[in-house]
Amino acid sequence: MGMLVYLTRRLISLFLSLVVASMVIFLVVEVAPGDPASYMLGINAQPDTIAALRTELGLDQPKLQRYFSWVTGMMTGDFGTSYTYRAPVAQMIADRMWISLPLALMALTLSALIAFPAGLLAASKRGKAGDVSVMAATQLGVAIPNFWFAMLLVLLFAIKLRWVSAGGFAGWDNPMAAIKSLTLPAIALALPQAAILTRVLRSALIDTLSEDFMRTARAKGLTRGQTLWRHGLRNALIPVLTILGLQFSFLLAGAIIIEQVFYLPGLGRLIFQSITQRDLIVVESVVMLLVFAVIVVNFLTDLAYALVDPRLRSRA
Amino acid sequence: MSLLRIQDLSLTIHGKHILKGISLDIATGEVVALTGESGSGKSMTAFATMGLLAQGAEASGQIHLLDKDLLSLSEGQMCEIRGRDIGMVFQEPMTALNPVQCIGDQVMETILIHGAGSKAEARARARDVLTRVGLPPDQFPLSRFPHELSGGQRQRVVIAMAIALRPRLLIADEPTTALDVTTQAQILSLLLSLAKSDDMALMMITHDLAVVSQMADRIAVMQHGEIVEEGATDELFSEMRHPYTQALFQASRHQANLPAPVSAAPLLQVQDLKRSYPLPRPHPFAKRPRFEAVKGVSFEIAKGERVGLVGESGCGKSTLTRAILGLDPIQSGHITLDGTPIATAGPDTKRKIQVVFQDPYGSFNPRHRVDRLVSEPFHLLPDAPQGPARQEAIAQALVAVGLAPSEQTKFIHEFSGGQRQRIAIARALITRPELIIFDEAVSALDVRVRAQILDLMADLSREYGLSYLFITHDLTVVRSITDRVLVMQQGEIVETGPTKQVLDDPQHIYTQTLVGAAPTLPDIGDPHAANAAV
Amino acid sequence: MNRSLLLGACLSAIFLLGALLSFVWTPADVGAMDIPNRLKSPDFHHLLGTDHFGRDLLSMIMVGARTSIAVAVVAVGIGMGAGVPLGLAAAAHSGGMIDEFISRGNDLIFAFPSLVIAILITASFGAGAINAIIAIGIFNIPVFARLTRGAALSLWQREFILAARVAGKSTTRISAEHILPNIANLLIVQGTIQFSLGILAEAGLSYVGLGAQPPTPSWGRMLADAQTMVALAPHVAIVPGLAIVSMVLGLNLLGDGLRDRLDPKLRVMRT
Repeated sequence: MGMLVYLTRRLISLFLSLVVASMVIFLVVEVAPGDPASYMLGINAQPDTIAALRTELGLDQPKLQRYFSWVTGMMTGDFGTSYTYRAPVAQMIADRMWISLPLALMALTLSALIAFPAGLLAASKRGKAGDVSVMAATQLGVAIPNFWFAMLLVLLFAIKLRWVSAGGFAGWDNPMAAIKSLTLPAIALALPQAAILTRVLRSALIDTLSEDFMRTARAKGLTRGQTLWRHGLRNALIPVLTILGLQFSFLLAGAIIIEQVFYLPGLGRLIFQSITQRDLIVVESVVMLLVFAVIVVNFLTDLAYALVDPRLRSRA
Repeated sequence: MSLLRIQDLSLTIHGKHILKGISLDIATGEVVALTGESGSGKSMTAFATMGLLAQGAEASGQIHLLDKDLLSLSEGQMCEIRGRDIGMVFQEPMTALNPVQCIGDQVMETILIHGAGSKAEARARARDVLTRVGLPPDQFPLSRFPHELSGGQRQRVVIAMAIALRPRLLIADEPTTALDVTTQAQILSLLLSLAKSDDMALMMITHDLAVVSQMADRIAVMQHGEIVEEGATDELFSEMRHPYTQALFQASRHQANLPAPVSAAPLLQVQDLKRSYPLPRPHPFAKRPRFEAVKGVSFEIAKGERVGLVGESGCGKSTLTRAILGLDPIQSGHITLDGTPIATAGPDTKRKIQVVFQDPYGSFNPRHRVDRLVSEPFHLLPDAPQGPARQEAIAQALVAVGLAPSEQTKFIHEFSGGQRQRIAIARALITRPELIIFDEAVSALDVRVRAQILDLMADLSREYGLSYLFITHDLTVVRSITDRVLVMQQGEIVETGPTKQVLDDPQHIYTQTLVGAAPTLPDIGDPHAANAAV
Repeated sequence: MNRSLLLGACLSAIFLLGALLSFVWTPADVGAMDIPNRLKSPDFHHLLGTDHFGRDLLSMIMVGARTSIAVAVVAVGIGMGAGVPLGLAAAAHSGGMIDEFISRGNDLIFAFPSLVIAILITASFGAGAINAIIAIGIFNIPVFARLTRGAALSLWQREFILAARVAGKSTTRISAEHILPNIANLLIVQGTIQFSLGILAEAGLSYVGLGAQPPTPSWGRMLADAQTMVALAPHVAIVPGLAIVSMVLGLNLLGDGLRDRLDPKLRVMRT
């Protein structure tokens, strides 16, 4: 019962977030200066040609109507047609997503794989050499912009050592090569995020260490390590989950920039190309898709909370 | 031979001496109480025995459990002993359990961690233990989570974890301080019956002499890290050789010298007061249900009268207080002061009612100096004194509560708990009120300080003809400082009458339970009072 | 004085002083091109070397620090200016409509991928420092609002606030007189951290060409220009990156040091 209520509440807020997000995106793009039709046809275009293109693109319709046709279109998988490429936006996004999404997921996995052992180590060896070195490394990690870190990786592994190519994407026809071309970008994305996650996990664990129930566990005869592992970790997971959810959003956005460094034809390149060409429908749709992904991930994070914390399940 | 023999135990924390050569024996099946005021080192003795001292703590001496010196054991060896040979129960049941693990798993863990059986055996044993502590699995399944249990029930789970392996020694550190008086009585008798049936030694740590006198076979009184007096309970109470023991005992049953009420004219009138809170919706489209915290309460306080309001947590007494102070809106009923409704009262009425809160540490903005803290209620007065007149008023209020006017430039952290409560009273006095509400105002204080504050309250009432409303869970305080008492249960006042009459001859069944559950000091003569009379 | 506070303060001060100094003096004219001396490694004439137009990198770093600091400071100002009052109001009316509205709004902005929206804003309204400031500043608002609300809520439970209410003070007055001074430490520490995040965000936006536009030098665009030159002259890419890292590191250390000094128990938000 409690779980069902919790789920319904989250679903309602998920839906509202999506509605508001779509309105914000539409408004920002719509009020932006510059008429796409005249931009596409160049400065020498005749007014009647521009008007014809405007009609063709549906730009002469009332804004409200265009908003609704955009939203209802997206729900049926019809993201409209790109002004510049004259191709269905849905298809373009689908092609590019197969680079950006695996990249973000690889980075997220990598970041968690690094952060969990590092955070546990630092918390259990608090104040000792292990903790101090992990903390120093994370202090540096949070200060490094990922795109600069990416350039350093390219400089070292592609230019000096020649282990990998400096950029480009091999395509999924050859999965090994595809993963290879995503490896450096994923590392560049993951390490700064891993530093943040490590710090959050460490401080969450240290917070739980001072909780009364940790003392109770010690009174039962658990060692320090057992207390941390059996009682500390699960309680510390709650703030960690929040950060993990937020990180997905950062990784998606980060992927957009990292793609520039590695010349990866992902959503990031699509967005920047469309911006320079004022291909509004593509910009709108890609941004909406990214926001959609982030909101859904936040929703899943909320569900994960309820799995971790029984208090949330019963609190109506 | 003693089960536990503490010899010459000294403890320093970051170089500060906390324990100074404690020696104490506890025999199998014996209940020994360690008592004393806060900071006396009684809890530290328990934690040293458990080997659970904080970092920076250094213990010397010996703590023998049978033939093993616990202080010389390695951390690994101590882990084997904790939970198996020594169990421990803590003060705060609300936070002592892991909130994300069900109670069954937490009780089973004690058994599993010591390899005392398979998972199925541990489960069966957890069921047995939970039944023993009064949580039979048919009513309280092992799959319950801590947040689904009350404070008393949680404390039972903590006890179950501590006794699951039938340890030889159970240490209980203020196990009932956070509980209501009726729950306290149940938990205390549970601890005693478990100790007797398992032939388990019980080291009981408490500040409450009344609890000690009812439970313990032997008592050790601690002060400043030393045991100043120790002996069998009856002997200790009849002899009381050490002046500190005498002082504690006197303060525990201190009776403030109250002046007679001034007049019978009503000052505060509460009529049919109702106050309810909205609860969370059961589902997103439901109407919000409301919780009735105060269900139609009526009473009066006469000018110069001291009235007590007692009840257990959740009975609505705090809600009632907030309503009287005009902090929360009320749903129906009337509250009038001198005939003026509080809700719409102007500053001239509001200044007549002031409040003193429980927490001597949380009652003051740490960033302001005493003069600013004390004069804050002047905000109520449209013509508050300024300049030298304001300084004079602040100085007067400080002097009235026994502080020097020169203290007004200090910050609050420079004062002790008792001094802070004096400052809180000075703040309440500054608008020359007629009614002061004391919301558990002496609950956080040690007994000797509490006695001094109660005397101060009595003096002020005499001097200024003040009326008091005392909100408390502590019947001793009510007996000490009030003329009349109101007993509240589940949002209603169930009994009212002169304090002595209600407490000595309670009529309502709930009052009877409350009075019966409250631990009392042994009724022995006061040698000093007798001497003084001679 | 603890070590991280000292180190952080020194690093931050170096960049601040460098930025201020650049208004009156730089080692070389940042606009002056010197093609014969392009892509020179650091030497005595050019302490940090030159870029592909032969411009002095040290001078560009100094002038670029102006942009970074200005963008981050204003963005933190926007975040604090709007976020703190909103958080105070939400806490003061906890559980009411205002609180609900502010908290939902916060959740909503938090749910947006900030950089994507920053890209959207700068793309729609034109690239430039002002739009970058607005985009970064908007996402600072919920950070401060949430932090303020959380800290203020627990203060509202404290008895000294009840005492102020009994003394008849209004919620606005209590917020200003009792709540705000008691959360000031927290805000200062969080402000330092948002400052460093702002520097990172500005660098990211100008790297993709959406931040400050030429001829205003900015660290992010220096990196973007350097990208094709990495193989030829690595120092062109390394120098601006090190500048960003040192500045951000300095601010983070300053924040941590301040927290340890003011109140080690402060809970800041780090994302």
